[in-house]
Amino acid sequence: MNFVLENIGKTATPEAIQFYIMAPLAIAAAIGMLIVKKAVHSAILMAYVMLSLAFFYIAQDAPFLGIVQIVVYTGAVMMLFLFILMLVGVDSKDSLVETIKGIRFTAISASLGIGLLLVTLIGKATFGFPAVGLKSANADGNVQAIAYKLFSTYVWAFEVVSALLITAALGAMVLAHSQRVTPRATQRELAIRRFRGSSLNDAAGKPAPGVFARYNGVDVPALLPDGTPAVESINDTLKARGTVRDPREYALNEIANTEGEER
Amino acid sequence: MIGYLIGLPLFGAAFLLLGGRRTNKWGHLLATGLSASSFALGLKLFNDMLALPTEDRAMHQKLFSWIQVGGFNVDAGLLLDQLSICFVLLITGVGTLIHIYSIAYMSHDLDRRRFFAYLNLFISAMLLLVLGDSYLNLYVGWEGVGLASYLLIGFWNQKPAYATAAKKAFVMNRVGDMGLSFAIMISFVTFGAVSFSEIEKHAHHASTAALTAIGIMLLIAATGKSAQFPLQAWLGDAMAGPTPVSALIHAATMVTAGVYLITRSNFIFDLAPNAQTAVAVVGAITLLFGALVGTAKDDIKKALAASTMSQIGYMILGAGLGPAGYAFAIMHLLTHGFFKAGMFLGAGSVMHGMNDEVNMRKYGALRKFMPITAITFGLGYLAIIGVPPFAGFYSKDKLIEVALNAGGAKGYLLGGAALVGAAITAFYMSRVVILTFFSNKRWDDNAHPHESPILMWLPMAILAIGSVTSGFLFTNGDALQNWLAPVVASHAEHAEHSELLPPMTVSVIALTLVAIGVAIAVFKYRAESNPNTPENVSIFTRIARKDLMQDAFNEAVFMRPGQALTKSLVVVDESIIDGAVSGIGSAAVGSGQMLRKLQTGFVRSYAALMLVGIALLLLAIWVVTQ
Amino acid sequence: MNPINYLYVASILFTIGAIGVVLRRNAIVVFMCVELMLNAANLAFVTFARINGNLEGQIVAFFTMVIAACEVVIGLAIIVTIYRSRRSASVDDASLLSR
Repeated sequence: MNFVLENIGKTATPEAIQFYIMAPLAIAAAIGMLIVKKAVHSAILMAYVMLSLAFFYIAQDAPFLGIVQIVVYTGAVMMLFLFILMLVGVDSKDSLVETIKGIRFTAISASLGIGLLLVTLIGKATFGFPAVGLKSANADGNVQAIAYKLFSTYVWAFEVVSALLITAALGAMVLAHSQRVTPRATQRELAIRRFRGSSLNDAAGKPAPGVFARYNGVDVPALLPDGTPAVESINDTLKARGTVRDPREYALNEIANTEGEER
Repeated sequence: MIGYLIGLPLFGAAFLLLGGRRTNKWGHLLATGLSASSFALGLKLFNDMLALPTEDRAMHQKLFSWIQVGGFNVDAGLLLDQLSICFVLLITGVGTLIHIYSIAYMSHDLDRRRFFAYLNLFISAMLLLVLGDSYLNLYVGWEGVGLASYLLIGFWNQKPAYATAAKKAFVMNRVGDMGLSFAIMISFVTFGAVSFSEIEKHAHHASTAALTAIGIMLLIAATGKSAQFPLQAWLGDAMAGPTPVSALIHAATMVTAGVYLITRSNFIFDLAPNAQTAVAVVGAITLLFGALVGTAKDDIKKALAASTMSQIGYMILGAGLGPAGYAFAIMHLLTHGFFKAGMFLGAGSVMHGMNDEVNMRKYGALRKFMPITAITFGLGYLAIIGVPPFAGFYSKDKLIEVALNAGGAKGYLLGGAALVGAAITAFYMSRVVILTFFSNKRWDDNAHPHESPILMWLPMAILAIGSVTSGFLFTNGDALQNWLAPVVASHAEHAEHSELLPPMTVSVIALTLVAIGVAIAVFKYRAESNPNTPENVSIFTRIARKDLMQDAFNEAVFMRPGQALTKSLVVVDESIIDGAVSGIGSAAVGSGQMLRKLQTGFVRSYAALMLVGIALLLLAIWVVTQ
Repeated sequence: MNPINYLYVASILFTIGAIGVVLRRNAIVVFMCVELMLNAANLAFVTFARINGNLEGQIVAFFTMVIAACEVVIGLAIIVTIYRSRRSASVDDASLLSR
């Protein structure tokens, strides 16, 4: 640990090796994030980029920030992204056909222009002094130094940001809340509905999932009493994926014969 | 006191115009009375002036202080001196006689009151013109007579042709008025003042170029108002007005305003010899022009109008000959006022008796039926051709003399032109008289020629007396010359001008030419009995009938290009200026349409635009930090 | 090795994030690209902290992380809400403000 911390201030060879390996990989992952069709793949590549950034932070004398990056960004934010992806449609594919004319050319050229200009400007910029390194700033340890700064100079920003966090949480709750439009039906009303509905066939309610099942595979649709597969019994995601099996494969021979005789 | 000269007829005009139909019954009497009182006042002022010594004869009256702008001060002031009193008496005297004549002439016209109102307006404006003590005051009167002329020529504007004639007169006058405006502007720039006395004092300080410019501009103004070449085309058409109008305005007074202007500006012209020569040349050209046109006109009024143009040419020629000629120009102006007004009133009397027929081809042998008219007309005729001892002999011969004595080639040309003009004048005036009063009767059976009532022949008789006696009175003992000398010849060098020919020789030559002209006319028309206009005439007659192609020339050179210019300006206005203005509108709309395409509603395109913006920002930073 | 290299990496990552925001149609992927841009900025801050020898850059990066977390929370909640009512997670479908 000491060795690592001691060498952190110097731009020593280990850091160079780490940089020259991880940086191109991170950039490749970022480009991949752009190109892949499925959103989940993008999310995974994004997580990889975040992790590499965490390594960069640690390599640059910011261990606190590196851990926070892993815990907050990769752990919380990216997982949140994945959860929402699952909610919204993990299977949704972006077609690569561009609908807005000319935007691909505009975006790529503008962005490449930005990139080139940034690189040029950074290349021309000089600080007037060599990199100081954080050896002296981190003399008491990085966490202590950050804590010292945070709770003295930046305490006001700290408090405001915490208020912001609370507001964000409240906001998420408000946005996710869905109000019932109609009042919740009581048990009595449900019972009345069942018996006074269209026919007494539904009085006992529909059969629970799996009553008519002859198999317990999630990807095989249930059969309705007249032998047709019930479309509603299959998960939308599986349907979208196309991994739905035909139930007739599992039919027992005598049942099929029986069904044929009865008809 | 002088102001009342102008104020009385002006009051009459205002009263009659504002009073309306209530004043119809006695309006004409009021107008005539006011004009007569102006004449009486003029006589009294003349009497006063005679009693004064020569140096004090100029009377000034300041009415009110008119313009005071910085260093430019113009008072509404009046100047009555020896020159203006001549005009005052002429205007009010002949004017009152014509008022009396019009009472009878216009007795059948429903708008008689309006006619008298306009006549009074004219009298007051013309008096203001001759009494103004500065060019600017003169200009007010100048415009006033132009307005009155327009109103009176177009008096019977139910006929579109008459209204057009009024417009033509006004427009051509306007061109001349531009000359007067420019003259006033140039004199203000040169002298800092526009009053006669100021300019006379400082005239010799100014450069010859400025004086020549002012002189040329004044000449343009005079050609406009006096129907001289090149602005002479309106006078023939102006005969569309009632005959008293032609007599008063287009014979005796308004058309002489140009001569007055040039004479009044003698201090300028005497110092700008080039301008003076131009004046003389214009006069010579016009006198020949008018004479030639007059030989071919069958309309009696148009023939007399051409004669007026020619006689004013004589006056302008005289005014262009320097101090020697001013007095004779004024003399001819005064005598011309008598005999030409008398002849116009006579023509009106003939028309009255012949059912308003103006074509001389339909007259003939009228002396038996209208004796008084014939006698008064005849006396005027003898005066105009210059037979002694009538008025025209004295004034015209003196003008011819001065022209010949002008020296060198100028003298030969101008004098020669004047002599030739005299011959042609004799010819065509004899033609008029013979065709009207002698030769054979050529009228239709439904014409009943009769003598005019007393209210009409009395003014004609008075004017005929003037035609007979005025010449002798003016010349006796150089009366008029001496009277006017303080105004027009005060600073003239009394050089011994060489006399080309002795005066008696000039008169003999002139009379011989006149006799030849009369003889040709008598020979040609003595037994005329054709009531229709002959068609197979020479090309010269045809050109003369068309006023020497003056209308065709004006149309081709001025009217058509002017109309083309206006049309092109309209096109420019519509397409370029309106086009530019609505083009701005369409550009705004068009750019709005183009910018609308940016509003795609797609968040991604907006984001792309933001990216482009950031790229440009970075580009700017990079450029700045180079 | 010059710490400036980290800045190059940060600018490249930023550029890639910018392209992704414009070109991808899935709202969540767009959001992830925005996060990528934020992270690239964080990397730049940390590098500057190292170069300048004080911890200001790290403090700013810390705050950026917190705020990014809040933003993710709210943004994803909005996307879920939109998905619930419109059944679509494509950013192109929200184009009612077009001409």
